[in-house]
Amino acid sequence: MELTVRIGRATLAGLAYLGGLARLGLRAAYYAFVAPFRGKPMRFQRAVHQSMAVGVEALPILSLISFFIGVILALQGAYELRKFGALNYVSSAVAISMTRELGPLITAIVVIGRSGSAFAAEIGTMKVTEEIDALETMALDPVQFLVMPKFLAMALMLPCLTTWADSMGVFGGALFGVAGAGFTFRGYLLSTFDALQLRDITTGLIKSIVFGGTITAVGCYEGFRTGAGPEQVGRSTTSAVVASIFLVIAVDLVFTAMFYVLGRG
Amino acid sequence: MNEQIPPRNAAPGLEPETVISVRDLRVQFGDREVLHGIDLDVGRGETLVILGGSGSGKSTLLRVLVGLQEPSGGHIHIRDVDLCRATPAELAAYRKTLGISFQGGALFNSMTVAENVALPLREHTSLEESTIQIMVRLKLEEVGLAGFEDYFPSQLSGGMRKRAAVARALAMDPEILFFDEPSAGLDPIIAAGIDQLILRLKEAFHMTVIVVTHELASAFLIADRMVLIEKGNIIASGPPAEFQASTHPRVRQFLDRVAEPEIEDELDYLQLLTETLGAGRRPRGSKVR
Repeated sequence: MELTVRIGRATLAGLAYLGGLARLGLRAAYYAFVAPFRGKPMRFQRAVHQSMAVGVEALPILSLISFFIGVILALQGAYELRKFGALNYVSSAVAISMTRELGPLITAIVVIGRSGSAFAAEIGTMKVTEEIDALETMALDPVQFLVMPKFLAMALMLPCLTTWADSMGVFGGALFGVAGAGFTFRGYLLSTFDALQLRDITTGLIKSIVFGGTITAVGCYEGFRTGAGPEQVGRSTTSAVVASIFLVIAVDLVFTAMFYVLGRG
Repeated sequence: MNEQIPPRNAAPGLEPETVISVRDLRVQFGDREVLHGIDLDVGRGETLVILGGSGSGKSTLLRVLVGLQEPSGGHIHIRDVDLCRATPAELAAYRKTLGISFQGGALFNSMTVAENVALPLREHTSLEESTIQIMVRLKLEEVGLAGFEDYFPSQLSGGMRKRAAVARALAMDPEILFFDEPSAGLDPIIAAGIDQLILRLKEAFHMTVIVVTHELASAFLIADRMVLIEKGNIIASGPPAEFQASTHPRVRQFLDRVAEPEIEDELDYLQLLTETLGAGRRPRGSKVR
């Protein structure tokens, strides 16, 4: 009895959480795509500012991580492929796993760590210092003012970052290809292009846009849920990261399964 | 300074003067009711000080009056709108006519002082940028912060932050100005400066000012009328002189700063603790069964 009650409560809480995220996401989408046509400001400048923070400033760390992942993938792939004398398939193994899966996922995880947590901390601090209240009493909607630019920036930047991560991963694979599998650099790239199909890249990019929406919604939602007191900001930041990682992987599963069933996989 | 302005009386007889009329206002958090049927009138140009101890419900009352907290019952009539049943558009229109100085200032830390003050003007008016700049300078001069336009809130002292917040609250030339604990966290000299600022604003603009505080000295200096809230009820209301002469035991206790009697009985103490922690939950380590 006790157990079923607990499961029921947890399920309800989970559903309420998802509902909250969806509502926040929809309101931000309304302000981003519908309200500008009704004479409300677009806050383009804020979105550009956010894009710099979310996108451009993430490039160095993302480049390094995806390059390493590319090398690791090539090494792991070669371990198995060598048994079949199929070392020249390393390039396609790296290319396909990078573009379809690891590029979007690694990008999402780096962005969660850098920006998802920052969103929660920023909005959480503003909640604690009554800045959110101040916005509301100035008749400014915090969702329009704070969340919408973040959504725009994420929806724009995650596909860009993912494309960048994909190519850095391929370069990482090329390092092993040239050093350990007898490829020339040009030959490795050519064989990568041969292996890749456009849909490998597009499915990855579609996923990355959805990841971007998820990370923003969770980060901002956790920020708004911050209770009274500065220590609550830390709690919000932690739950934003944990919930984002979980939800991004869950969304990844749903979309991968969907692409598979739709025959696009 | 205070004597120049005759205290206004917002008794029911002077109905046309009333800007805010609160009737049977109730606020509930879960099962707990924190405001039990508040009745309150605020006259035009009046400075009303809402006094009360911590947890008395005075901050909740302020939050309801500015539309940050939804009441569970009652009416708040402001002009012809009932705030408790207002549409989002009516609420937004009302909010554009009020200014609030929050306890910690609540300035946006990512913006300079000038940008903070200019924000409502940029968002809600179609004024030219040059006009906005002039208005920002005027508002900052008004609060004695001329020359601090390009400072960030983190570079200002507590008193200056509060002044900047007042400048931002004044930006849209509000009809009603709210102060939440204007002297909280400030030393007596800076706090006195804020009191003087409130008096000056009142004299210069004839605004309706509502101040929530527990600072007695400040309250008696600025108030035209005071109300004392305790446990979610208004227990006394009147001009400062009347308040000072009150014989109501709780008013006297508040004004004379008499501490609550110490709780000697251990059982009483545990019961109080249990109530504070939430119904049904016993404090950890309690041996009472």
